Amino acid sequence: MVNPVQSLGAYALGRVFSAGRLGMFFIYTIRGIVRPPGKFWPTVKQIEFIGTKSLLVIGFTAAFTGMVLALQGYHTLTKFGSEGWLGSAVGLSLIRELGPVLSALMVTGRAGSATAAEIGIMRIEEQIDALECMAIDPFSYLITPRFIASMVCLPLLTAFCDVVGIFGGFIIGVGLLGVNGGAFWDSLISSVDWGDLYMGLVKSVCFSILIVWVCTYKGFYAGVDEGSFGPEQVGRATTNAVVMASIAVLISDYVITSILL
Amino acid sequence: MSIENIIEIRGLNSSYNSRQVLFDISFAIPKHQVTVIMGVSGCGKTTLFRHLTGLKRTGAGQIMVDGQDLGVFSENMLMQYRRRIGVLFQSGALFNSLSLIQNIAIPLKVLTTVRSEEVRNLALAKLELVGLAEFCDYMPSQLSGGMKKRAGLARALIMDPEILFVDEPSSGLDPITAAGLDRLILSLRQTHGMTVVVVTHELESAFKIADEIVVMDNGRVMAAGLPEEIRNSVNPRVRQFLSREPDPRI
Repeated sequence: MVNPVQSLGAYALGRVFSAGRLGMFFIYTIRGIVRPPGKFWPTVKQIEFIGTKSLLVIGFTAAFTGMVLALQGYHTLTKFGSEGWLGSAVGLSLIRELGPVLSALMVTGRAGSATAAEIGIMRIEEQIDALECMAIDPFSYLITPRFIASMVCLPLLTAFCDVVGIFGGFIIGVGLLGVNGGAFWDSLISSVDWGDLYMGLVKSVCFSILIVWVCTYKGFYAGVDEGSFGPEQVGRATTNAVVMASIAVLISDYVITSILL
Repeated sequence: MSIENIIEIRGLNSSYNSRQVLFDISFAIPKHQVTVIMGVSGCGKTTLFRHLTGLKRTGAGQIMVDGQDLGVFSENMLMQYRRRIGVLFQSGALFNSLSLIQNIAIPLKVLTTVRSEEVRNLALAKLELVGLAEFCDYMPSQLSGGMKKRAGLARALIMDPEILFVDEPSSGLDPITAAGLDRLILSLRQTHGMTVVVVTHELESAFKIADEIVVMDNGRVMAAGLPEEIRNSVNPRVRQFLSREPDPRI
């Protein structure tokens, strides 16, 4: 029978090892920026995958979120006779919080899961081993372009999410609920300052790093700890990647907000 | 005339987590020869293969390459070692998103400054060698298992390696394709003086191509020597393996 203390020790050592490996994974990925092969075309390809192909889903999410915010906000604000501040409520909610968080969660669900699965399949089919045996740095070849692409795309997707969400709120607030259009834009412009935009930008950059870090890490080491390489390891890695990246986004959102407010 | 050894394995032990899978493995891989590592499934062949290719770091024991221990190689030294080797994986390990010729050309594109038209010509020459030149623009998903394996071999050969490692070349292949791969391995040794290390459990193929045979069982070396010596071995497990007698535990 294994001593419970031994089990606890083995578990703790395992966690420390994983944390160290996660840290080294990040360092190798950053180091890949200055290592061959060239990153331009692989990064462009990843920008298309992470950015362009996420536009539609983020657009839908943003539009309906803005519309719901307008509905909810209107019914709350009318109680105080302040429906003119609807633009401010919708804009600030989106720019500070919902824009970065929703974009990050959508990118995690769409591109992060696919990335984890793709890299996981490369692991179980020995393609990553093959890269290593060809003296090609797998971090530089596979991970770094995704990392750069994510950092480029997520701030832009967040900005797109903010704009679409605000227009969604405008259509419902002004078009359906009869709020004055001038009041909507005036409250929005007077409330949103550079600090809010900066907060949204900082969040989206941090989220982009977290998403690609967690999702590529989970795929890269799919089945490695178990020592068995099959489809179920890819499935598990993909699920873990999405869950962990989403949780990391939400926790870091709180931390960044508490620092920047 | 004595044959120079390119790799020497000395007292290698290996484990996954807490489970030991290799026990005190010692043998040498001679230069310009075909060494076949044989054994039943799960005997530790693939683990040994991963150690030899630097995919798994050695713990206890040594793998000496030209007199230097692979286990203590720095990252740069490991990269230099890998530029000297070619590896054919069991599945071929082709990249699904790239065409056949793009797969073959990856090492040239990444590791050399050869111009792109020259890269294509070199990759086509290797595909020609394995009889796949006409399929150069096919995607891996459009190829049969045997074709993938041959394409994997073309990629392993693209940098003209000094040592070629081949994992289960015949498994899952029809006898004609398997015989073709065996002939190709022999010609690489004869015409290019390549050192070839083959991991397999196919007896016929092993005895056809091997200059040296190592038989493994339960993570240990049961016998090592010339094919004739292995054929005449008195070790009961080796005899059982060679005569294909079923294991009473199964």
